[in-house]
Amino acid sequence: MKRNYADLHLCPNSKNFEQVSLMIKKASGLGYRLIAATSQLNYIGEIERLKESCRETGVDFASRLDLKPRTPNELKHNLRKLRRKFEIVAVICESKNVARQAAKDRRVDLLNFPSLDFRRRFFDAAEAELASKALASLEIDMKPLLTLEGPLRIRLLSNLRREVDIAQEFCIPIVISSGISNEYLMRKPVDLAALTSLFDLDMVSAVDAVSKNPIAIVKRNREKLSPQFVAPGIRVVRKGKDC
Amino acid sequence: MALDYDGALDSKEFMATVWNAFLKLYGEYGASRTGLTLIDYDAEKRFAIIRTVHTAVEMARTALASISKIGNKPAAVHVLVVSGTLKALYKKIQG
Repeated sequence: MKRNYADLHLCPNSKNFEQVSLMIKKASGLGYRLIAATSQLNYIGEIERLKESCRETGVDFASRLDLKPRTPNELKHNLRKLRRKFEIVAVICESKNVARQAAKDRRVDLLNFPSLDFRRRFFDAAEAELASKALASLEIDMKPLLTLEGPLRIRLLSNLRREVDIAQEFCIPIVISSGISNEYLMRKPVDLAALTSLFDLDMVSAVDAVSKNPIAIVKRNREKLSPQFVAPGIRVVRKGKDC
Repeated sequence: MALDYDGALDSKEFMATVWNAFLKLYGEYGASRTGLTLIDYDAEKRFAIIRTVHTAVEMARTALASISKIGNKPAAVHVLVVSGTLKALYKKIQG
């Protein structure tokens, strides 16, 4: 069966709609069937516009929110306010407290650790244990791997190798995203999967990380956001007096 | 492979970029095990065929995907087809 591929982290400049449409067309040409883009504050109009553009090129679009809270309380507040408006919620973890809260909160889909500093990447065994009891996946952006060089890339690879090891030990799904804002950095899904060999992710897991895992997140959330959803495992099948 | 690049690029510059990507990721020892050779290059169509030993296909894919600049200009190399023989490769390209 042919796999469907997804890139859940495109960061186009929403003010430049020409570039956005170019990126969507390119994503379709490279073989992606599902994409998600980081939304800005004027999200409702923007998302509709992006969805329309994706529909024309035959790509499915999922709305994504990146939260960058400073405190766990801010994270909880934002999740309460915005969770039901987006299909994917990612948390950019820049402090340990936020990372821990994000890992244990079932409303968070993706944990993203952007820092290049080893001490500010909080995906350790404790974080993974919390995430394994919730629903969060580890998101790895490939943009830094493509843009960095020399010692910085070496350090990043060593961090990613450690994090991937921990994630696999605790059965945390890994999602490989591009995280790019420039169409020249877009790569085919298989090429993204090949790049993961640099941090020792095996090819089967790597291909799952660009296909099965991201698609599962979107599918799960769409089900949750549908009006038929009541609770996990319970949904409205029929309404009427005879029920 | 399809080359995504704005500007003129000859085969020598292209291969220098590919070798450079291999060297950066795998070093001289790793690059020496790839048996990398340029078979065909079409600057107009932005299309190239390179040969590598079958054990280094994934290394080649990784190194080619890591190319993000040629000179100071942004660039990308996309692998279109991988095949064991040139005959099958041209067949796949045409089909």
